Amino acid sequence: MMFDAVIIGAGVTGSAIARELARYEAKICVLEKNADVCEGTSKANSALIHAGFDAEPGTMKAKMNAKGNAMMDKISAELDVPFERIGALVCCFDESGIPALEELLEKGRKNGIPDLEIVDAKKAKELEPALQDNIVAALWAQTSGITCPFELTIGFAENAAMNGVEFRLNTTVSGIEKTDGGYRIETSGGAVGAKAVINAAGIYADEIHNMVCGDKIKITPRKGEYNLLDRAAKGLVRHTVFLLPTKLGKGVLVTPTIFGNPLVGPTSVDIDDKEQNRTSTDGLNEVREKSSTSVKNVPLGMTITSFAGLRAHMDITDGSDDFILGETAEGFFDAAGIESPGLSSSPAIGEYIAEMVAKKLDLKRNEGFNPNRKRVKHLLWLGMEERKRLIEENPAYGAIVCRCEEVSEGEILDAIHRPLGATTLDGVKRRTRATTGRCQAGFCSPRIMEILARELNLPLTQIKKNGGASVEVIEKTRKGAQI
Amino acid sequence: MKPQSRYNIVIIGGGPAGLAAAVAAKKAGEESILIIEREAELGGILNQCIHNGFGLHTFGEELTGPEYAQKYIDMVENEGIEYVLSTTVINIDGNKTITAVSRENGLMQIDAKAIVLAMGCRERPRGSLRIPGFNPAGIFSAGTAQKLVNIDGYMPGRTVVILGSGDIGLIMARRMTLEGANVKLVAELMPFSGGLNRNIVQCLNDYNIPLKLSHTVVDIDGKERLRGITLAQVDENLRPIAGTEEYVECDTLLLSVGLIPENELSKQIGVELSGKTNGPLVNERLETNVGGVFACGNVLHVHDLVDYVSEEAEAAGRNAAEYAAGRAGDSRQNEIDIVPEGMVRYTVPVRIDLERADEKTVVRFRVADKIPGGVIHASVEKNGERKEILRRKKRILAPGEMEQILLKKEDILGAERIIISAGTSAGISAGTDEKAGATK
Amino acid sequence: MIHELICIRCPLGCGLKVDVDEKSREVLSVAGNSCPLGLEYGKNEVISPMRTVTSTVTLSGGECPLVPVKTAHEVPKARIGAVMEEIVKAAAKAPVKIGDVIIKNVAGTGVDVIATRNIKAGKANELG
Repeated sequence: MMFDAVIIGAGVTGSAIARELARYEAKICVLEKNADVCEGTSKANSALIHAGFDAEPGTMKAKMNAKGNAMMDKISAELDVPFERIGALVCCFDESGIPALEELLEKGRKNGIPDLEIVDAKKAKELEPALQDNIVAALWAQTSGITCPFELTIGFAENAAMNGVEFRLNTTVSGIEKTDGGYRIETSGGAVGAKAVINAAGIYADEIHNMVCGDKIKITPRKGEYNLLDRAAKGLVRHTVFLLPTKLGKGVLVTPTIFGNPLVGPTSVDIDDKEQNRTSTDGLNEVREKSSTSVKNVPLGMTITSFAGLRAHMDITDGSDDFILGETAEGFFDAAGIESPGLSSSPAIGEYIAEMVAKKLDLKRNEGFNPNRKRVKHLLWLGMEERKRLIEENPAYGAIVCRCEEVSEGEILDAIHRPLGATTLDGVKRRTRATTGRCQAGFCSPRIMEILARELNLPLTQIKKNGGASVEVIEKTRKGAQI
Repeated sequence: MKPQSRYNIVIIGGGPAGLAAAVAAKKAGEESILIIEREAELGGILNQCIHNGFGLHTFGEELTGPEYAQKYIDMVENEGIEYVLSTTVINIDGNKTITAVSRENGLMQIDAKAIVLAMGCRERPRGSLRIPGFNPAGIFSAGTAQKLVNIDGYMPGRTVVILGSGDIGLIMARRMTLEGANVKLVAELMPFSGGLNRNIVQCLNDYNIPLKLSHTVVDIDGKERLRGITLAQVDENLRPIAGTEEYVECDTLLLSVGLIPENELSKQIGVELSGKTNGPLVNERLETNVGGVFACGNVLHVHDLVDYVSEEAEAAGRNAAEYAAGRAGDSRQNEIDIVPEGMVRYTVPVRIDLERADEKTVVRFRVADKIPGGVIHASVEKNGERKEILRRKKRILAPGEMEQILLKKEDILGAERIIISAGTSAGISAGTDEKAGATK
Repeated sequence: MIHELICIRCPLGCGLKVDVDEKSREVLSVAGNSCPLGLEYGKNEVISPMRTVTSTVTLSGGECPLVPVKTAHEVPKARIGAVMEEIVKAAAKAPVKIGDVIIKNVAGTGVDVIATRNIKAGKANELG
């Protein structure tokens, strides 16, 4: 099978590139080793669209973040992805930090970030009453926003799929060879050919890069651990609250998620093993200890889940640690080292890489491209009249499956039967929010498993949490015991 | 069935509490009653509790969960009480207008004169325990596993570790064993089990399943499916002791680490909750701070025996009927506080109207620690003076057991405050055995 | 021989020591109990422990794929395995009512296994 372009990795970066490439007439394929899109770094992060003031001026990180942030209004409208510019406060609790705060403001101006200002303690408290009383000053970045990283990634991917991009899930790349006019990619599902290869493999982008390029790179997984609190703690903070880094290190941020659950984290620890996306005693303790530095009364007792994400940190000897974006070998394009602000940059990276590939392959515009996609309706967020009407149209919207987040069978069916539909419990979770509430799947997971089994025509023993060996039940009862 | 748009009493939940409340309200003369149940059948969690041991107090025989539920379902049917199934209440406002949805009836609004909250509780999930490690498949709350095994007929796994020795965990240890699983151990953080001795003997000892007291899970291994856990002993502050870690291979971890009353709807109505029980603060009528909104069963506080759920729910049902019939005043002016002291963690109710109260009022509570030879006291306070009105010696008081005492109206009249306390028998002369008023 | 066990007759959970003459299977003494109930429990639990077995049986043609069951009376503890062996092989047809006999004289104990839930005819996914 020969494609014009093959993208390796269906995280937010690969999916954004796929969607942007779908604007051209080309045969495009995305290879993803997991059972669903959004299974790596994209699913476990701070869910922020950063304003873009803290990247070094002139770097790709600075450019992509500023542009990505600016693109989010349009993207969120087109892809029906929740996005809110709630603003961020970088908080300074010590007079000696003021110069650093001013430096940050200056950096932000150089990066072209609008609506940035330093506010005094009084104004900061007015904006964010939950701040600790010893606040001295804060950098207020009004364009900073929050989104749902699941929805953004899935939105890009679904829209790409709707526009003809082929997604091959459960497909691991094992080797890449240069051929005449392109590459031959060995995968767990057979070989595919491509005129252009795009590396968006997240924490594994070094392995993919090194299969092709002479100048080797190394990506170090940088672990971040978080606590997610019950939605009942909604309103703890109104803004994303950062702590100005000091000699004593970096604090943790406290932010609302787009669904109202406060999120506290992350830690930042470099590790060796790319499969170790696991929480640790030290990490969770650190989150606990640091959570109250900037914000009063963080109710950590309302934690409903903890998680760890791995950022793809690029080790570069010259001291810079920028994204690698561009054609690093003939017909081979890197989108590598995409750590923070990767989510914020994804719309811009998608456009940047896609334009480069299109130019290289001399692709024509796809006039039939449809930029719009509708997400799974979430009835909880709709008004009663709208909800009533929808249930009348489709009674399955009236059958509540996940009681904590009020997700109906209709929403789950939609998640399963749409383009790139959910095939796993986590897939349903990311598309509907079912299981993300305070009971953490206790009541609804057996029911969702049943629906998945019925709709996908699979035995219950093949319904998985997130692919691989992650089955939920292993066999029928009735085997009996030797007692 | 399509419900009407107005009932005198709407009962939220068709488990043991809701069913008993409905029957009692009907017997008290109320005709206009609706039970709203989210599952496809009445009976609640009892349907999956197929083990026996229910109903000894109520029916004088040992029943299984489904049998116990059926007794009340039959009463509901015989009384002709209306109910809707597969219907989820999504909102209740301060005017007692209930919004519910179902596949069959769409979105409906139902007005109630009185509401009985009987939503039950949920299990505490892993996330709130902060156990570090991976997040693989194979970690279930004990009740979820119970549903998978007993209702759906599927085994969550073959080699099992259970964290928490609550009764559901113990029951599942036996159940999984009988279905062919290898239950390796039950770990309990506390130095004692919260489960009944009977369950420790008949669910663990019968099958040689070790109960590891003062142990907890400190790590979870396995990226896709659970591969093992690390067990560690804890010190007196419940912190893991370094060097005691032990890796245990298993494909399944069941959590039986506590139950939390499900009061999301109660909060919407404006019901005040207790920080101790996570359930509503109620007066002696089991009425919340919102007039005409009553609570009973595990949504009010987690019970040890379903028999007491039924008993409590019957009182709530009767009181709701009184209220709906306009026979109960809305006044709170004469209510005084019932205050827990010493080892008593909480009481239900927390307030009592001395004029309105029946001749005897049941006060239910739990203690914070295991107290062999414990003593329960009830006292009244008046003009700053405290007078003991009840003293009961118990062989043992334990956090896993709900205690109850009866307050006699004659004893409490004129009081400004009622204090319920418990402690060791030290300083109390021997022979002061159970005073009148004790029910257990 | 002395058997150690926990009394389950009340929450106190006395540690009992029951001395049994292994030849005559007679209880010589019970120690550690705080009350007569403990004495009785200790004797019975050592000489002839009995249990109610509860489980489920595969159901066809019902609203649910399983019907919960119990032994109508207690069976000797030593026979639990044999009882379960028959229960896992058994099958029932809907409708069933509480009390319906699902297995007669299970494992030769003289005790029947009976249904503990009413299940109407219907079409659940059958476990087979």
